Amino acid sequence: MGNQSVLATKNLLFDHGSTRRAIKDRLTHVCVTLGGTMVFVALLMIFFYLLYVIKPIFDGANITPVISINEMGNTPALMVGSDEQNQVLYRVSKQGHAYFYSAKTGLLLSEKQVAIPKGVTVISSAISVASKQLFALGLSNGQVMLVGIDFNVSYPNNKKTITAQFSYPAGAAPITLDAQGSAITHLAFDFTDEKMSFVYQDEKGIWHLTREDGEENMMTEEVEWQSAQSIIPDTPVRVQQQIMLPDQKQLLLRSNNKLFVYKIDDIEAISLVQVLELDRNNTNVISVSLLAGASSLLVSYDNGLIQQYFQVNGAKGRQYQEIRDFNIQGTSDVIASEFYRKGFATVDKEGALTLLYTTSQRTLFAKNFKVDNVDLTDPTAIGFSPRANALIVESNKQLHLFSVDNAHPEVSWSAMWDKVWYEGYPEPKYVWQSTSGADDFEAKLSLTPLAFGTLKAALYAMLFATPLALAGAIYTAYFMSPKVRAIVKPTIEIMEALPTVILGFLAGLWLAPLVEDHLPGILTLFILMPLSILSTAFVWYELPLKWKQRLPDTYQELLLLPVICFVTWFSFAISPALEVVFFGGDSRLYITNVLGMTFNQRNALVVGIAMGFAVIPTIFSIAEDAIFSVPRHLSNGSLALGATTWQTLTRVVLLTASPGIFSAVMMGLGRAVGETMIVLMATGNTAIMEWSVFQGMRTLAANIAVEMPESAIGSSHYRVLFLAAFVLFIFTFVFNTIAEVVRQRLRERYSSL
Amino acid sequence: MGKWFKSGSPWIWMTSGAVSICLLSVLGLLLLIAVKGLSYFWPDNIYQWQLTDPQGQEYRLIGEIYDSEEVPTERLIAAGRQLDPNVGKMVTRYLVKTGNREFVDLDFRWILGSDIISRSQPKDVAVIERSKNGDFFGFPVAVIEDGTRLTGVALHSTLQSHIDRAVKLNDQARALQKEDIGSINYALEKLRLKERGYELDNALTSERKKALDAQKATLNEQYKMLEARFFDLRKEAARDALIIRDMRGKDITLPIDSILEVTYANQLSFIDKVGHWFTGMGKFISQDPREANTEGGVFPAIFGTVFMVLLMAVMVTPFGVIAAIYLHEYAKKDWVTKLIRIAVINLAGVPSIVYGVFGLGFFVYMLGGSIDALFYPEALPAPTFGSPGVLWSALTLAILTLPVVIVSTEEGLSRIPSSVRQGSLALGATKAETLWRIIIPMASPAIMTGLILAVARAAGEVAPLMLVGVVKLAPTLPIDMNFPFVHLERKFMHLGFHIYDVGFQSPNVEAARPLVYATSFLLVSVIVGLNLTAIGVRNHLREKYRSLEH
Repeated sequence: MGNQSVLATKNLLFDHGSTRRAIKDRLTHVCVTLGGTMVFVALLMIFFYLLYVIKPIFDGANITPVISINEMGNTPALMVGSDEQNQVLYRVSKQGHAYFYSAKTGLLLSEKQVAIPKGVTVISSAISVASKQLFALGLSNGQVMLVGIDFNVSYPNNKKTITAQFSYPAGAAPITLDAQGSAITHLAFDFTDEKMSFVYQDEKGIWHLTREDGEENMMTEEVEWQSAQSIIPDTPVRVQQQIMLPDQKQLLLRSNNKLFVYKIDDIEAISLVQVLELDRNNTNVISVSLLAGASSLLVSYDNGLIQQYFQVNGAKGRQYQEIRDFNIQGTSDVIASEFYRKGFATVDKEGALTLLYTTSQRTLFAKNFKVDNVDLTDPTAIGFSPRANALIVESNKQLHLFSVDNAHPEVSWSAMWDKVWYEGYPEPKYVWQSTSGADDFEAKLSLTPLAFGTLKAALYAMLFATPLALAGAIYTAYFMSPKVRAIVKPTIEIMEALPTVILGFLAGLWLAPLVEDHLPGILTLFILMPLSILSTAFVWYELPLKWKQRLPDTYQELLLLPVICFVTWFSFAISPALEVVFFGGDSRLYITNVLGMTFNQRNALVVGIAMGFAVIPTIFSIAEDAIFSVPRHLSNGSLALGATTWQTLTRVVLLTASPGIFSAVMMGLGRAVGETMIVLMATGNTAIMEWSVFQGMRTLAANIAVEMPESAIGSSHYRVLFLAAFVLFIFTFVFNTIAEVVRQRLRERYSSL
Repeated sequence: MGKWFKSGSPWIWMTSGAVSICLLSVLGLLLLIAVKGLSYFWPDNIYQWQLTDPQGQEYRLIGEIYDSEEVPTERLIAAGRQLDPNVGKMVTRYLVKTGNREFVDLDFRWILGSDIISRSQPKDVAVIERSKNGDFFGFPVAVIEDGTRLTGVALHSTLQSHIDRAVKLNDQARALQKEDIGSINYALEKLRLKERGYELDNALTSERKKALDAQKATLNEQYKMLEARFFDLRKEAARDALIIRDMRGKDITLPIDSILEVTYANQLSFIDKVGHWFTGMGKFISQDPREANTEGGVFPAIFGTVFMVLLMAVMVTPFGVIAAIYLHEYAKKDWVTKLIRIAVINLAGVPSIVYGVFGLGFFVYMLGGSIDALFYPEALPAPTFGSPGVLWSALTLAILTLPVVIVSTEEGLSRIPSSVRQGSLALGATKAETLWRIIIPMASPAIMTGLILAVARAAGEVAPLMLVGVVKLAPTLPIDMNFPFVHLERKFMHLGFHIYDVGFQSPNVEAARPLVYATSFLLVSVIVGLNLTAIGVRNHLREKYRSLEH
């Protein structure tokens, strides 16, 4: 009875234990499986995270209507716009009457009229570039009023309040332009703190330029203006549009389909420098407007064509030239340029709103908002908000506010991989120039020169590494005695573990000056090395047998070590002498002057050698494994049939191992493409596109390392750098996957042999 | 000859030549680094030259020979140098380190062999290592103690005792500043964050505020006291000065508290030099860097590298081992396994900079940003974990080195004979038990190998770290005496980055180059050492299992 109960408890315990063990077993299984899949998840996560960051640059813009305000004003609009926070909208009429509306409620906040002398009327008006928010009114007595729109932020009762008002940057008193008192019938102007210029047409139809140079009075700290006047020669009879560039050095007068360009920087020597024919297939120009930065003109035609023009340096000096076309559906009546970026928006007669970007040549958004009950037909004015995140359109006595979500308009597939014609460049080019000190700088984000640099560096490295590594692998795997192999293989493989920062440092600070000083020596080395190995071999072949027997066959490589050392030393030793004899004492000068090539100290040759060394162990190790694991009976069979060792090697062994060798080269290429530190340190990191061995390059990887820490999160630059990383990821993914698949095939084939 | 070519023998020689070239370049590279790195600590002789300049003026130069080379005369003439036509086709050029940075335009200059009139090795020239402005070469004249010039004393021993005194005082001051004052600053910052935290929770009652203010006041008081002591120490250290004659023959007064060491290099015997060499290496490893990293030691960089790598090892080992066990013991031969294998290969092949980009975006900005928003709102907008730091670096490198651990562990697993597994299962053990009791213990050397290789890889990797946490100069180590003692959010210094930074970003590359070689040598020896250990462990393992199989 007692015994039984003991047994029962034991059984119970055992059962209990076994369930616990089973659970433990199960649990381990689940954990291990989970852990194993984590690796895959990690790779997927990298892939998708990169994509997630990159995606927004390819998204178009989004524009949504916010509010439509019924207008009070009757006179035609001169300009519309908003403050930086998009809280107050304004509309200024051609008579100098301004309305300010709240963007939240649509209510009128205030109404202001520019104060003009009594008995005088406003005849003409003009606006400056959008970013200055300035306008001027030409009066009937020959005077002009210069007015700006200012927003003040105050916190009454701890509530942020924005109030709008007029400012008078050149003083509240009107400026007299025409001494005779003739009415200002047409006006163009621009203003800076030191200088302002007005171009106007008087009643007789004569065009004048008035320039005021300001100088700060030391005592009163007030600006005193010094005026000068001149007549503009060679003007067309009918002028539809007059534009002054904000640098006050150029005046543009449009007469129908002709654009007259005047140089006005020197008031004593105003001249007509170009007459630009804008005639295109019997269409007529509607308007000319300036793009942000005021280097480009946007010319819109009545058939929906919009053309960009800017000045290009040519035989006749800087002349305006047609750069690129945009086509919209209808006729674009009004155009607004962003304040700082090179984008613009337009609304056609039918009310369709289109958002475009010049350099990336993208149509970011196009929609007719009639479907949302926002009618934009016959638009009269359009303007961007200062941060380009809102758009204000006036049509049919309504002011419409749209919010604009347009983070990365400057990036497009064509801007990254095709040639782009940037302002100030003589021709379309691949340019990578992401940052600059200037404010109005346009980032040029072409990945082509970087991809080119990556391939160039990889190519030179492979040129150097592949022959050495493969030949070395062949000898080590096929000819070397096992004892020597056991030392040689790990020694070369140790090099793979060598930090690339050290290779880069040596390449940049030791090898680069060495190569520069001993160019002829390097050249001789490349020629002399194989020759000397061959002649050593021949001498050995001709030696009497007695001598040969002293050294076993398998120790050939030992014989070569001193030869190689000597040849290297010799090449460097005679280098200065060769330099004197062949290159006139200075090979650098010879290359630049006689060969006409640019020479950088940190060039592709240095990178090729240094990165070659980083790649050699990768190729060597995999290729050696592949050759070594070719089954011995294959080569033995070949040898038994009377083939020489060399024949056996080339016809049997290498052929069988070729997929493995291919995968070795692929792996090496993958490593060379992604290598960062060596390229970063051993090249000048300039993004040029030259195959020359004496010039440097900038690679994708080095570029990321240099620029990533200083790029702002979420900016186009940041995302394009992620794209560069993604490109590298895909590059190496493809190489590695091919290599791995090939290698697995090979393994299966061997196992069947 | 034709027959010889036909036999293929020359091509075999060529392949053997390739091996020899590879081998020689590996060894040559290691030798180059070793020689250049180790010679940095060797005290060189100091020379004094009488030279003529191109105008025919005579002048004197004192310095150390850094480098020499043969230059074709024509190149020099092309560069605009006027030369005596009968100096020959080649002329020797020496790179001389003259030191005395604040008194000469260039502390390195090239002199031509043809300009040298005479060269000597004056016995009493002293090399003065300073905490600022690099080395000074000159002849000590007298010691000034507290404003009075000491006469009638043994110059060398007096100088030495005064320097020892100043060094000791400076050390005390530095310790005070780093430890005591540093921890007070840390406590003050903690209090500020606490207050801000209360404010954010709307829980800053007046009692709490009073208590915090009281704590702050005591800390500030302590701070003032310590500061006063610190300035006393510094003032005390600045008491003495040394008058020394430089190569222009001018007497210059150097404050003794800027002097770290005086060596009479030309008086040292060989044994002295060896001793000097060892102490130099010791200082290099144990001291903080000076002069924008171009002088002094690399201790923080060693510490940062080791700490980061250990942290990484802790993270990568479990994942790597589990993944390897899955692949080798549990996975079926299906497409999932194939996918995972391809993933492993690709993880190994993806360029390291891509990991850096991923780490910066995902770990630092996304994960770190979320952690900050959740746990450290009081510190915002200053990021805590939302900026690059040692934790994110370790995590990034853990993904980077994951394949290394997997591959190595799997290789170890595959060497365990299946008979062992089957035996265990036949005796009634479950698979999990077999794994825990038999397989993992047997594979542990392989895991160790993988770990060592991963550590070696991580120690040498720089590119991703430049994005996720390494800095040129970290003011504090990631471990210190302030609670919670381990600060994973801090930025750190790294040997590899130190090499890049000093070699390429420092204003005086010429002066910093030997130090970069020394740092390189340190890094290379650590990494090669780790790799050799791994190879040794692996070979030992192979031998062990070979005997098991039969």
